[in-house]
Amino acid sequence: MIRKLTLTAIATLGLMAGGAQASGTTAHVEDFQFSFEGPFGSYDQNQLQRGLKIFTEVCSACHGMKYLPFRSLGDETGPGLPEDQVRAYAANFEVTDAVTGEDRPATPADKFPANTGVGAPDLSLMAKGRAGFHGPIGLGINQIVKGMGGPEYIASLLSGYHETPECAPEGFPGYYNAVFAAGGFPEECKDEHGNHTVPGSWIGMTPPLSGEDVEFDDGHSNELHHEVQDVAAFLMWAAEPKMMQRKTAGLTGVIFLTVLAVLLYLTNKRIWAPVKYGRKDD
Amino acid sequence: MSGIPHDHYEPKSGFTKAVNSRLPIIGLLYDTLMIPTPKNLNWMWIWGIILTFCLALQIVTGVVLVMHYTPHVSLAFASIEHIMRDVNGGHFIRYLHMNGASLFFTAVYLHIFRGLFYGSYKAPREITWIVGMLIYLLMMGTAFMGYVLPWGQMSFHGTAVITGLFGAIPFIGPDIQTWLLGASAVGQPALNRFFSLHYLLPFLIAGLVVVHIWAFHHTGNNNPSGVDVRRTSKAEAEKDTLPFWPYFVIKDLFALAVVLAVFFAVVGFMPNYLGHPDNYIEANPLATPSHIVPEWYFLPFYAILRAFDASVWVVQLASFVTFGIVDAKFFGVLAMFGAIAVMALAPWLDTSSVRSGRYRPAFKWWFRLLCVDFMVLMWAGSMPAEGIYPYISLLGATYWFAYFLVVLPLLGIFEKPETPVATIEEDFKAHYGKSADATPAE
Repeated sequence: MIRKLTLTAIATLGLMAGGAQASGTTAHVEDFQFSFEGPFGSYDQNQLQRGLKIFTEVCSACHGMKYLPFRSLGDETGPGLPEDQVRAYAANFEVTDAVTGEDRPATPADKFPANTGVGAPDLSLMAKGRAGFHGPIGLGINQIVKGMGGPEYIASLLSGYHETPECAPEGFPGYYNAVFAAGGFPEECKDEHGNHTVPGSWIGMTPPLSGEDVEFDDGHSNELHHEVQDVAAFLMWAAEPKMMQRKTAGLTGVIFLTVLAVLLYLTNKRIWAPVKYGRKDD
Repeated sequence: MSGIPHDHYEPKSGFTKAVNSRLPIIGLLYDTLMIPTPKNLNWMWIWGIILTFCLALQIVTGVVLVMHYTPHVSLAFASIEHIMRDVNGGHFIRYLHMNGASLFFTAVYLHIFRGLFYGSYKAPREITWIVGMLIYLLMMGTAFMGYVLPWGQMSFHGTAVITGLFGAIPFIGPDIQTWLLGASAVGQPALNRFFSLHYLLPFLIAGLVVVHIWAFHHTGNNNPSGVDVRRTSKAEAEKDTLPFWPYFVIKDLFALAVVLAVFFAVVGFMPNYLGHPDNYIEANPLATPSHIVPEWYFLPFYAILRAFDASVWVVQLASFVTFGIVDAKFFGVLAMFGAIAVMALAPWLDTSSVRSGRYRPAFKWWFRLLCVDFMVLMWAGSMPAEGIYPYISLLGATYWFAYFLVVLPLLGIFEKPETPVATIEEDFKAHYGKSADATPAE
């Protein structure tokens, strides 16, 4: 909670115009390997729990997650927290009761509160509201191979804070981020044709993670490179909690339809054989 | 019902006689299902069934989605998330509906281009073609309005752009735009009426589909050879055709199963591939996305819309001749709707006496180029309107119009077509030749 308050205090007020709508089309998105990629990939429960911890201790200071109910934290295909832990976790948040209009501790039936304090975007759908891998030449073929790139974009952005380039004037608002494309950009860092000489732009968000920001009970690495992937995986789950059910249903459909197609193919062949080849069978 | 001679339904039992003499519905169903169908139909004739299935899929999934959706500017986005997170199976139903639109348009484009190649639009099937074009227009309207309902960023700003097209009409445009939106800007009135129409139009489409099928059941299907079924006697007609059941029903169902297997893979494994990430951000009138693009199936016509900017000489000419009434924006709108209009007029623009493209050596190449042109336009429509892309769009748009307005009329005069096969039976035997000759099928 103290950490939360500190972060809120130092957070930059509001994002720059257009910042909230970034799709990151130009900056480089690193192709992280996530456990949930591909037709058979699934969420790594431990990773989701680590991501939840990072979200709780860092992100939630400024960001809300208003579409995600606390009870989802108990999903078997999600973080899979036991019921009492979900209840205890929810009670850490204050929500306004819809009936009485009074503030009270949240219950598993409530959703994560919205957080509009500093104008930070809601994170419920962030992993689906961003993408990467648009190429080559705008054809989007890379996305078939690497995935939509939402969580990769988030992880890349969170590890995309670098030293401010020397071209930037003193006191230019925001923080230089080599992955964020839609922020402010100083005129001094453009060449005579107006092209950017450094990648990315200046983002309103204070660098939220620098490595060793949280301690994991199981002693898992809390280096920046791991933290950003954990929180990105958690946000992907928050945006698409039914991903496992979706893949299972899709796979069932594909298998069923493939078997049906084979049977229909044989039926079709048999029906047409006398017409095509003048025999009863082939 | 059909013009091709064939056996009609004769009720046998007392019950069917009693029903059919009062309402000939059994006879209607029988004649529809047993319709004589050219036996040489190839795999491009499966898309009709797929389209019918798509319409049913969209209506069924749509009706379920409506049970959980709230058409209100401050609740719509949240109600979609409610469907995605809380409703049993809601996430899958919504993804089926979302990607169902893409399957629908994939099938309709293949269906249309099949018709364009094999000359299905030519006499006597002009009305079938026109009805088909009306269905296509209604589909585009329905899909567009459906895309507005989630009330994401692309929904909102896409609506502003598309209704803005009507605003480009000289003099009365702004009034029409206000009338369409029910307000001076996109908001609650627009969301409500688009919701209403999105529910209504599919049923109009269903009605037109019946007319579409009725029309070609009367004229008979076209076929890859473009040669008509012989109608002088039932015996001759039976050499060219097979009943729809079971031959084509099973064939089409097989094709449907294959297509749906791919469809389920898309829905299950990459349901957002064909969507736009910005639509997972709730609509915000104050923040315009840097790059507004419509859904992929609108892109070719969107490219044509944007191809004609003020630097193009035809646009300048049109502006000069009309004393500035037709500006670049309005010209683009005319070009976009014109691109569909010229396609609808294909039956009267194509002067060739040979129906099927199979026997037209020069046409084949122009047609292939049209297919490539369509794909290039689709790609150009997805790129930002800067740099070389407007120029590519302009080239693509030019060829699109040239194909229908210049190539089709002139080819009929200058092209030396090959001689088509004499009968469908001959064409069929040419494919399944050897053994059929040795032991005739009939």
